Amino acid sequence: MIELEGLTKRYGEKLAVDHLTFTVRPGIVTGFLGPNGAGKSTTMRMMLDLDNPTSGSVRIDGRHYRSLRDPLKVVGALLEAKAWHGGRSAHNHLLCLAQSNGIPRTRVREVLDTVGLTSVAKKRTKGFSLGMGQRLGIAAALLGDPEILMFDEPVNGLDPEGIHWIRNLMKNLAAQGRTVFVSSHLMSEMALTAEHLVVIGQGRLLADTSMAAFIAENSRSYVRMRSPDHERLRDVLSGAGITARPASDGSLEVDDEDAPHLGELAARHRITLHELSPQRASLEEAFMQLTAESVEYHAHDGRPPEEVPPGAPAAPPGGRPGWGADWRKKGA
Amino acid sequence: MTTPQHPAPPQSAPQGPPQGPPQAQAYAQPQPQGQPPHHEQGYWPGTAPAGGYVSPIPMRKATLGDALASEWTKIKSVPSTMWTLGVMVVLVVGIGILIGTIASAVDKELNASALGGGFFGVMLGSICVITLGVLTITSEYGTGMIRTTLTACPNRVRVLTAKAIVFFALTFVITLACTALVGVINTALLGDLALEATGAEWFKATVGVSLYTATLGLLALAVGTLLRHSAGAITTMLGVVLLPVVVAMFMMSDSLSDVREWLFEYSIPSQLAVIAVSDGSGDGDGMTGWDPLWIMLILAGAALAGAYASITKRDA
Repeated sequence: MIELEGLTKRYGEKLAVDHLTFTVRPGIVTGFLGPNGAGKSTTMRMMLDLDNPTSGSVRIDGRHYRSLRDPLKVVGALLEAKAWHGGRSAHNHLLCLAQSNGIPRTRVREVLDTVGLTSVAKKRTKGFSLGMGQRLGIAAALLGDPEILMFDEPVNGLDPEGIHWIRNLMKNLAAQGRTVFVSSHLMSEMALTAEHLVVIGQGRLLADTSMAAFIAENSRSYVRMRSPDHERLRDVLSGAGITARPASDGSLEVDDEDAPHLGELAARHRITLHELSPQRASLEEAFMQLTAESVEYHAHDGRPPEEVPPGAPAAPPGGRPGWGADWRKKGA
Repeated sequence: MTTPQHPAPPQSAPQGPPQGPPQAQAYAQPQPQGQPPHHEQGYWPGTAPAGGYVSPIPMRKATLGDALASEWTKIKSVPSTMWTLGVMVVLVVGIGILIGTIASAVDKELNASALGGGFFGVMLGSICVITLGVLTITSEYGTGMIRTTLTACPNRVRVLTAKAIVFFALTFVITLACTALVGVINTALLGDLALEATGAEWFKATVGVSLYTATLGLLALAVGTLLRHSAGAITTMLGVVLLPVVVAMFMMSDSLSDVREWLFEYSIPSQLAVIAVSDGSGDGDGMTGWDPLWIMLILAGAALAGAYASITKRDA
């Protein structure tokens, strides 16, 4: 169990983490999601007492990290890729960590075996690939057989087989009753592993909810309609009491109606349809929408901003209009 | 992907955790079947034991001894330690014996003991000690290892203390072995050409020089902790060692002669010369006997105090 209360970190003028309050509970995988620069790593470093919070506190099973007796036996953390001396062998790296916490030497071989690095145990870690580095970091996290595990972007650099392995590893660790806290900027990855979701953007808490609730909330389905007779189609739809939302590409999006019904309606009014397709919004889009206003580093695709079609809802400041630009209103 | 593949838990999950802040409520789903809002049990798969996971590895309080074992593994398992200490041994022993060989070839009676020849080698070897002292800590900052180290041992005072003890002991033992070896060989080489060294002179030229060199290394370790940057800290330390001599050389003016004298006298090379060569009888003014060691202990102590303050206060 990890409890954050009002955790805040300020670097000069910039508020990197802004009054975060949430709890990470045992027995499940909790996903910690946010765009790059949202403050995920800073938060995790403060949880491990590496960085001092400006204000607020973190409690690990009710205690401050610094007061843990054998920290590696309580919390195992994968913080960043290759946080070790490249001149040291994998075995010696794990050995020095084990010694500092009085963990038996036999555990070093066990965890090397668990992550599949036994064959390169005596090699210097300098030559390790990103994926091997992640495995060594995970080995270090597992060394003390801890009750709480924290992984910062664990799938970075792993091949598909490695990603599959880490997903199962995290689920198994949680099923044993451990607290598993995983950060990621990939919603799709979290959807497969996490049961609970904490989303932050620009250091602020945006959502703290179960994954199932998040999916139910955000994976909206709608029907896309496109017609050369755009205006008439809109009139007909509104005449039938159906709300259609014009999309940026000139099509119409209709919620809460099934495609056959809409097709028949159009046919009855002899409207030519060029497209009639049921759509399902991805969680990735939902996540982007949720964090759109708090993305730290905006990339531009080099095109001038799109014209907003007449009658379309106003674009949110800083974001491009898209489906669900108004989802926040609906959810409230 | 366009469809969520996550299988919904058997029971539809309740809304966000009750502890959640107000913002979370905005995203919480209304209860579809009117379940009670506080339904935490159903949210957890029943596999978790009551008290959470309990590790089979016995818990016991980590001590300074554990940290020392860890730091000893660290220092001996990186190539930079082998390189710096290897070069140091070659310099101290090689130059020391070279000077003894030359002195014996000249075949002229010396008005000193055979121990003085070891000084030049130690002077150059101390640069290796400085490098190792700095790298002991800055290599951790440079690679990110420091965060792993501090996660394993959040007691930062213990981490720095263990590093300092292991580094000091290692350099002391190596320097002691080298200076003793050079002293024995040079005494044999020079034979009757040199004066016979007293026990006090032997002690100072071996144990004294080794204590001084290892303490100089501690100063380097402290500077490394303060600066956290290998090149910056090594450069700073070389400046501390060499700059007073270089500056003094350029002080030509008579009005500065007192400053020049002072800089020459208290520069680290002449401190090392005093501890290596002087006989320990406190005659004349300036530094004599063991004075340089006390000066270096105070310097290293002050720098270490700063290093402790820095490592405990600053973000890793």
